[in-house]
Amino acid sequence: MDIKVNVRESEGDAYVVDLTGEIDVYTSPKVKDAITELIDQEHYNLVINLEKVRYIDSTGLGVLIGGLKRVREHGGSVNLVCTNPQIKKIFDITGLVKIFGIFDDEQSAMKALV
Amino acid sequence: MTPATRVLEASSHGTVELKIPGRAEWVAVARLAVAAVASRLHFSVDEIEDIKLAIAEACTNSIQSAGGIDAGTIEIVCDARDEELRVTVRDRSTGPHIGAVEPGGLAEGRTEALGVFLIRALMDTVDYTTDPRRGTELVMSKRVTV
Repeated sequence: MDIKVNVRESEGDAYVVDLTGEIDVYTSPKVKDAITELIDQEHYNLVINLEKVRYIDSTGLGVLIGGLKRVREHGGSVNLVCTNPQIKKIFDITGLVKIFGIFDDEQSAMKALV
Repeated sequence: MTPATRVLEASSHGTVELKIPGRAEWVAVARLAVAAVASRLHFSVDEIEDIKLAIAEACTNSIQSAGGIDAGTIEIVCDARDEELRVTVRDRSTGPHIGAVEPGGLAEGRTEALGVFLIRALMDTVDYTTDPRRGTELVMSKRVTV
């Protein structure tokens, strides 16, 4: 069980964080580190791509919420790319669909940042 | 049918017990093991995913309640009978477990309660008990949806 994290610069000031694997109590610190590093470098518009994430638990959700709260303090935003029905269901039942922008593809998520 | 050719009817009744170290890297083992037990019943793929997440959240809760590093040993007992799976997760902690939040909406930022919220949303019954001598026990069950 592992998570692969790839960070890349995209249009304008935005950055994309590609995640592959499973996000749980063991792997979520790695995701948190990547997001924290971007924010510490004053990158406040992020797209987090969950297309290749097979599983996410509350610690993973907590990392995403923490990132969103920090970028919002600087007028930024976090949009998610997610097509996995099980993961979308978790965002739905926790009510997080109301605080994250969740999109089916990266282009739409990027477009909605600005 | 002679005894030699008789095929035993497969039973989905049974109890499986598992003990894992109460550390983050072992939670995946618990959720995969319980998923394997759940697959003996007639749960849908989505229901098995729900059960996996609930068990992982219970173990994570044990670890976080112990300070996030080592919760000692976590015991997991799965009782599969008829069309119901009942899972008990025990740890030795006697301190306050992360509080229960009723389904219906989470205030933004209440991330510490997300795990319990998810367990309550995904399972049919959930019961927490804490005993000063025995530790904390979470019993949860889910029935196969017809």
